[in-house]
Amino acid sequence: MYDFDWSSIPGALPFLWQGMKISLAITAIAIAAGIAWGTALAVMRLSPAQSLSLFAAGYVSLFRSVPLVMVLLWFFLIVPQLLRDVLHLSHATDLRLASAMVAFALFEAAYYSEIMRAGIQSVPKGQRSAALALGMTPLQAMWFVILPQAFRNMVPLLLTQAIILFQDTSLVYVSALADFFGAAYKVGDRDGRLVELLLFAGAVYFVLCSVASAFVRVLRRRVAA
Amino acid sequence: MISVRDLYKSYGELEVLSGCSMEVRKGEVIVVCGPSGSGKSTLIKCVNGLEPFDRGEIVVDGVSVGARGTNLPKLRARVGMVFQHFELFPHMRVIDNLTIAQVKVLGRSGEEARRKALALLERVDLREHAEKHPGQLSGGQQQRVAIARSLALDPVCMLLDEPTSALDPEMINEVLDVMVALARDGMTMVVVTHEMGFARKVASRIVFMDHGRIVEEAPTTEFFASPRTERAQQFLSKVLHH
Repeated sequence: MYDFDWSSIPGALPFLWQGMKISLAITAIAIAAGIAWGTALAVMRLSPAQSLSLFAAGYVSLFRSVPLVMVLLWFFLIVPQLLRDVLHLSHATDLRLASAMVAFALFEAAYYSEIMRAGIQSVPKGQRSAALALGMTPLQAMWFVILPQAFRNMVPLLLTQAIILFQDTSLVYVSALADFFGAAYKVGDRDGRLVELLLFAGAVYFVLCSVASAFVRVLRRRVAA
Repeated sequence: MISVRDLYKSYGELEVLSGCSMEVRKGEVIVVCGPSGSGKSTLIKCVNGLEPFDRGEIVVDGVSVGARGTNLPKLRARVGMVFQHFELFPHMRVIDNLTIAQVKVLGRSGEEARRKALALLERVDLREHAEKHPGQLSGGQQQRVAIARSLALDPVCMLLDEPTSALDPEMINEVLDVMVALARDGMTMVVVTHEMGFARKVASRIVFMDHGRIVEEAPTTEFFASPRTERAQQFLSKVLHH
């Protein structure tokens, strides 16, 4: 029988909390930027301009056809170098966090754009006609009339996607970035208590995501009502 | 004010408008009627460019709707439109439904737009509902808000697409009353409706459509007294005797 020893966890809590803050920061940025860019992609996808529509369709299918972990790796290899060259930063600047945020935002945008596309299509066609009949341009109709309703209809799905995203941030461990999962791994590795630390990390993810999912369920019922 | 000349439109094989022509002079109220699927709604949606058409010409207040260089948003801002299903913006309060286009399209100040909106709500007797959302109003109230919303842009003419056919019977009159008042004020209107009482009361002329064609156009009294075509006679006997 395996002999559990949880004693290394209490002392590691401040370090784990630092990691959790990184996980939450990546999640927050990826949600905000991902929804903004994803909405823009959805609007392009539904636009009558064929070049925009094709670009958005290609973007979405590209990012949905490659594993997230590969996207992250590419970004760790390419983006820091690129940012250093563009912004003339020294090699000492740690850009792993920034490149993780960019990678997640671009990747998640592909998923958010599909949600927003469904959201836009869920708004009755007459709403667009009414907006146009009032003299709005197609973009004004989108911005003032269709998107607010699309967004509202899709809030539960957007939040569910955010929960998945929060779990996926653990993949940044491939860049040795100490997010919550990475921090837990490091502590476990250092103390030879990997099993305990990973079980603990798993329990934390489980509790946070379960609570968030329950919240989404309540919200969904209120949106439906 | 509105001139439609030899208009054609089809969806694939199906021809929905074949050679429609009509003239609407300033201050006239034209009622367009006919069996469902006769192309009435399509015809008035072509007038403000919401539906594209294949052939023919529409000129509204001197502007050609189908011409390439026409600024459609600018034209539509001058043509009021009221829809069968109201199409109020459900995420905005009633007052915001009335001000948004004034501010974003005409560039009026928020203060000016609000004053105008409240005056119009007063006119349709809904002043006290300004801060509510459309979902909290009855169908009749929503349609009156929709009429006020399109009046807020000071349109030169109004298109009304079956404005009472989605309403419960007890709410039809409150909307018709607003439309009658509007007609008496001299607004140029094209109304697609089956409300023959309204037509008799305020219409200058009746346009009767069937299978995508305007089969009869006559001054109101003449149309009701002695419709020339057999189709119009049949239609009238159906809508008037039940």
